[in-house]
Amino acid sequence: MRRLPRKDAVIVGLGWTGAILAHELCQAGLDVVALERGPWHDTSTDFNIGTAPDELRYGVRNQLFSRPSQDTVTARNHSGQRALPIRNWGSFLPGNGVGGAGVHWNGHTWRFMPSDFRLRSHLTERYGAGMIPEGMTIADWGLTYEELEPYYDKFEYLCGIAGQAGNLKGQIQAGGNPFEGARSRPYPTPPMKMAHAQSLFSRAATELGMHPFPLPSANMSQPYTNPLGVTMGPCTYCGFCERFACANYSKASAQTTVLPVLMRHPGFEARTECEVSRILLSPDGKTATGVVYVDALGQEWEQPADMVLLCAWQLWNVRLLLHSKIGRPYDPSTGEGVIGKNYAYQCNSSVTGFFDDQLFNSFAGAGALGMTCDDYQADVFDHSGLGFVGGANIACTTYNARPITARPVPPGTPRWGAAWKKATVDNYLRATGLGSQGSVMSYRDAYLDLDPTYKDRLGRPLLRMTFDYHENEVKMSAYLTEKMVPIMRAMGAKQINAAPKKAGWNVVPYQTTHNTGGAIIGDNPRTSAINRYSQMWDVPNLFVLGASAFPQNAGYNPTGTVGALAYLAADGITNQYLKNAGRPLVQA
Amino acid sequence: MRALFATAVAAAVLSAAPAFAAPDHPDQVERGRYLATVGDCVACHTQAGSASGNAGFSSHGFAGGRSIDTPFGKINAANITPDQETGIGNWSADDFYRAMHEGVRPDGTHLYPAFPYTDYTKVTREDSDAIFAFLQSLDPVRSEVNRDSLPFPFNIRMLMLGWNTLFFKPTEFKPQPGQSAEWNRGAYLAEGLGHCGTCHTPRNMLGGERNSRPLAGGDLQGWYAPSLTADNRTGIGSWSDDEIVEYLQTGRNAHGAASGPMAEVVENSTTLMPEADLRAIAVYLKHPLGSHEAASTPQPLPAENPQMQVGAAIYMDGCQACHRADGEGVARLFPSLAGNPLMQQSDPESLVRVVLQGGRAAATDAAPTGPSMPAFGWRLTDDQVAAVVTYIRNSWGNAAAPVTADEARKLRERLAQVVK
Repeated sequence: MRRLPRKDAVIVGLGWTGAILAHELCQAGLDVVALERGPWHDTSTDFNIGTAPDELRYGVRNQLFSRPSQDTVTARNHSGQRALPIRNWGSFLPGNGVGGAGVHWNGHTWRFMPSDFRLRSHLTERYGAGMIPEGMTIADWGLTYEELEPYYDKFEYLCGIAGQAGNLKGQIQAGGNPFEGARSRPYPTPPMKMAHAQSLFSRAATELGMHPFPLPSANMSQPYTNPLGVTMGPCTYCGFCERFACANYSKASAQTTVLPVLMRHPGFEARTECEVSRILLSPDGKTATGVVYVDALGQEWEQPADMVLLCAWQLWNVRLLLHSKIGRPYDPSTGEGVIGKNYAYQCNSSVTGFFDDQLFNSFAGAGALGMTCDDYQADVFDHSGLGFVGGANIACTTYNARPITARPVPPGTPRWGAAWKKATVDNYLRATGLGSQGSVMSYRDAYLDLDPTYKDRLGRPLLRMTFDYHENEVKMSAYLTEKMVPIMRAMGAKQINAAPKKAGWNVVPYQTTHNTGGAIIGDNPRTSAINRYSQMWDVPNLFVLGASAFPQNAGYNPTGTVGALAYLAADGITNQYLKNAGRPLVQA
Repeated sequence: MRALFATAVAAAVLSAAPAFAAPDHPDQVERGRYLATVGDCVACHTQAGSASGNAGFSSHGFAGGRSIDTPFGKINAANITPDQETGIGNWSADDFYRAMHEGVRPDGTHLYPAFPYTDYTKVTREDSDAIFAFLQSLDPVRSEVNRDSLPFPFNIRMLMLGWNTLFFKPTEFKPQPGQSAEWNRGAYLAEGLGHCGTCHTPRNMLGGERNSRPLAGGDLQGWYAPSLTADNRTGIGSWSDDEIVEYLQTGRNAHGAASGPMAEVVENSTTLMPEADLRAIAVYLKHPLGSHEAASTPQPLPAENPQMQVGAAIYMDGCQACHRADGEGVARLFPSLAGNPLMQQSDPESLVRVVLQGGRAAATDAAPTGPSMPAFGWRLTDDQVAAVVTYIRNSWGNAAAPVTADEARKLRERLAQVVK
């Protein structure tokens, strides 16, 4: 192994959080190197508008995702099972390369509810301690919405998010989300232009007493130049967002917001196709001294650094911590330990409506084009007697009708042959859907650890995932789905197919890439891995960014909160940590 | 560690080149650095294989070797670092001025006008000395460059004596008494170090600039440098001074973006110039001497023209997502095609090239996005390329001669031969 010259900071993974942190640290004068295990990706060189909307290549064959042969996880529903490796990505799709999963996201950019950040306290205060069942390990974040607000704002202005504020400094705004936490200023750009489905949805939901508002979108409603000087163009509603990179400079990603400036920075260097295999620790285990990585030729390198920022995707963050023996691994039998604890996911359901008299033209859409309601989100509604906690947003989105995989047909249609073809023709333009994106609580028996059997190409144990939907989530999903059916009926659907989430999580069908937890945030080193600045309690010069911080998952997409946490960490590092490097920013 | 390294470098420098002591005139060196930036020396003199961009701040930007295409063959740019054997370490300030002013090397042999001494001849002795002092302050780089790469008969440098007789006379910049100091500063920069005419003035068969048509647009081996005249349709007559300054400073303005060789000019040179000098250039370009002879405006092709119909369909399919149905583009991101002089040049070469190969806009500190246009050559036939370019040249108020499939084919063949 060869040793390289020291850097002020080494960043593991050049996606959203890696790019943001690298830029903030370079601005503070630091010498920064980012190690990215996947390839370089840029709009100009990799996302040609003539080839970017290729459903077979990207949507079916998963061009932008990491290869399971490169790295995968083993999965099981409960600890009595033997976990098996995922050999084809299905339920979730880990990103690969520069930009990470932020390249292929849809662009839903949410803030969590104020109550989400102090969930255990909030539920206890409102309903009593008995509301939280045995084995549910939900926790407060040790951080309030109000404290995170400036950083949400910063991320939204970096991305140019299109939306309508619902609560400006405590004043409820018409057309926005009346249930949201107060924001300090409006969204940087106005909402996208809605399609026909959204107008039907808005009318129906309003008639039913709900409060529809435009989904906050990272697909640009108009040209936008962000505070770094990087410009994005207006979205063309081509419908190739999720699983695809945007060729039009219209979807916020590291490439379209940070990298053009970061790559010009003399203090920054990116090394691609370099996979970090472990984080190095000082003999006393209290200081990270750098990382070891393997380059594309298989050569192993040591990169010493004063600070290590773990900015990989949620699962890989946890895996690297376990491989590097940093933090106490979680033990489900005792509930002690923190690394791997509180793995959570998202609990989604859908209601599809088939219409006789409406044309939706759903092929013209965008990843985050939609109207949505938070009436059954989080703890907006009274959960007394419902038998569950948590909730979901209810959205009507028109995000694609790509020709290979978007073939909505009513229940009972044969799955192939002439009748299926006829149903496809009849329904392709005449179907639309509603979705609920639900929270998932954390549980003592849902966790991540190292697999005893399977290893990756470098000989390291694979990460093992033990997860299932619990009764709380199944009840929540049934309740939310029941709330969506009347909306679809009021929209005028002649036939309705409702699909609530059932227990028995299956790795095969795509569900969501909103995997969370495993290195959670908190105010107590005994029960959490990192403090509010994403700083490891045990190793103060190591920071762990991303959704691995979530103590449980909310009923929202994670990226807005991931971005906000990144800016909070950057603030803590540049304004406090660097003045007294190596010290904890929060006293335990 | 870093300090140790710096000491080692200093020791190496001192021992290697006794003539290369600390410069006596730091002000002169810094002025020379700026003037070398205006002259965009690094555009050609950068070391072969080294990346462009900020090269001007290291010796490698001046170590030579980069190959320059000319109609007469390839010429490799010289090493102008102060290396005794392979660079200009043995030159005096007099030698340097003679090269700049007369296009002649110390040994009396002639330089080729790929080195734009035809423009640099107007650089004052004082400025020449400053550039020389800056070049001499660089670390010497040993870099052997084959300076005789042209084929027969152009490899006979004596031929340049005849060429110079026909097309070149050493001259000094003479301020125009009737013009403002600002205009004259702009003229000095644009006609001298800036050497705008090297690309933007048409040349005759022998490579001489047609001084009767200054900045009217020039062929550049696979690019067409557009007209910079005050013509509203083909020149920059419709651009305000501010817009010219913005273009040179940031690489883009409301009308369009610098791409191709001009992107390099912006990134390596104009974006590093102070606004006063850019404004002087704008004032000069907007107020050329002599009467402007308005080029006759052709009638746009009618919409029912078959090429226009095919072109419209291709445009709808491949272009309008960024450039919009009305050709207006997105300000400061995707160039406007409507009313854009670049679309309406007499020679459509640059336009056809960008459709075939794609292109990337300049990226600067002020405008870091550097958006790119993807290549379409892989999916459009020559007929289709010609049709869509013809459509763009004759829509939304644009008017220019149609483009033939043959023109697209020829450029495609030429580009296929370019070895990067």
